[in-house]
Amino acid sequence: MITQHDQPLLIAEGLSKNYGARIGCRDVSLAVHPGEVLAVVGESGSGKSTLLGVLSTELAPSAGRVSYRMRDGRMADLASLGAAERRLLMRTDWGFVRQNPAEGLRMAVSAGGNVGERLMAVGWRHYGNIRAEALDWLAKVEIAGDRIDDDPRAFSGGMRQRLQIARNLVTRPRLVFMDEPTGGLDVSVQARLLDLIRGLVAELGLAVVIVTHDLAVARLLSHRMVVMRHGRVIETGITDQVLDDPREPYTQLLVSSVLAA
Amino acid sequence: MTQTDPILTVAGLSKTFILHLREGARLPVVAGAGFELHAGECVALGGPSGAGKSSLLKMVYGNYRVDAGTIQVRDGDETVDVATADPRRLIRLRGQTMGYVSQFLRVIPRVGALDVVAEPLIGDGVAREEATARAGALLARLNLPERLWQLPPATFSGGEQQRVNIARGLIAHRPLLLMDEPTASLDAANRAVVVELIEEKKRAGVGILGIFHDAEVREAVCDRVIDVTEFARAA
Repeated sequence: MITQHDQPLLIAEGLSKNYGARIGCRDVSLAVHPGEVLAVVGESGSGKSTLLGVLSTELAPSAGRVSYRMRDGRMADLASLGAAERRLLMRTDWGFVRQNPAEGLRMAVSAGGNVGERLMAVGWRHYGNIRAEALDWLAKVEIAGDRIDDDPRAFSGGMRQRLQIARNLVTRPRLVFMDEPTGGLDVSVQARLLDLIRGLVAELGLAVVIVTHDLAVARLLSHRMVVMRHGRVIETGITDQVLDDPREPYTQLLVSSVLAA
Repeated sequence: MTQTDPILTVAGLSKTFILHLREGARLPVVAGAGFELHAGECVALGGPSGAGKSSLLKMVYGNYRVDAGTIQVRDGDETVDVATADPRRLIRLRGQTMGYVSQFLRVIPRVGALDVVAEPLIGDGVAREEATARAGALLARLNLPERLWQLPPATFSGGEQQRVNIARGLIAHRPLLLMDEPTASLDAANRAVVVELIEEKKRAGVGILGIFHDAEVREAVCDRVIDVTEFARAA
């Protein structure tokens, strides 16, 4: 669980990202440890997706740096990695689950192909093994094996999202970024997906940075939380502490604005 | 450090809620609270509703933050101050040393009662099969019908949910247990089971700090009562 590894996996220091004069995120520092789920919450425009983009190297920071503990144990400044090395990292050691599965999947490729592609990227060549592993992962995310040759255009929103999770986890990444993974799904579909994510994260000991505006999702999945507003981190702590005893006016507003069902 | 050292030492504890959405209204909870708890001892927080008993319990667990004072918890050979501990240290403390039985079960969609109860053991590294077997044994002791074990507790009655919650809170060994009204919605037979379970924990050396409104239960399990109104008056 969280306890054994006290060395951080990812460290962000003084991260800022500007879009011209507009601020995406400003002076954000945080650390993510192995097996730990960190939720980034805030309203639309608070900078949480920008932060995720900069952490995952999809966006170049205007200032600050992100370092990552490579599999050999050394801490690497991500900006210093070559494009090939960074791409390999993203395909193998990292996952990125997007809100819109069409952005995270190849929609014209079969379900099995979507999962198998990541395996081929890490050197799997044997067709039978790749197909068997893909079937195994489809089962893990509760997609019937007879759908392996269908492409995701024929899938419901919830199934597409589960397929995206299988595609991301098949290479056993150590760190997964998630951007509103349950956004836009029906509540019952959302519950199934959350349960699945919760189980897989614990089983595989994944570190996760999850961006969500849904505080219930954050409570269910995360150990720690950062609250963002106007691009800055305004409050951090253990998830239940931030939600049950919010200190900042904005966090109090966020927490008190949720309808209790 | 010896066995006679307290497992929990609270000193000078103060807390005021500031409600920013109500023009910064201040709600004092406690001021200068202090007490000790030893291994094998069960201590009740006493005082009328609104005196701050639950808030105090939540501060000890690190669920509510603290304005001033210390909450020293013995964690093996170390001592952790919950009031100032790094979040990750606090998560570890909760994982191995400090358990909390809340008043209400927080239900997780789609997770069955048996798995809800077994989860802390699995977190401790116990094999799933054994964890599930022990969860079943505990639920049976608490008279939860076996036909409910695989169902998510969302649709259970208040008393059934509370029994699942108690089982989840007591299944793993934690040297310090915090209990918020563990018997509130239980009938006499199940109250008696909970009293037995608490007695067993005490014999195993667990220190228990709790809120027990039921006078019979309190008299059966508690060694002494701390009057929280003393701390509230100061606040």
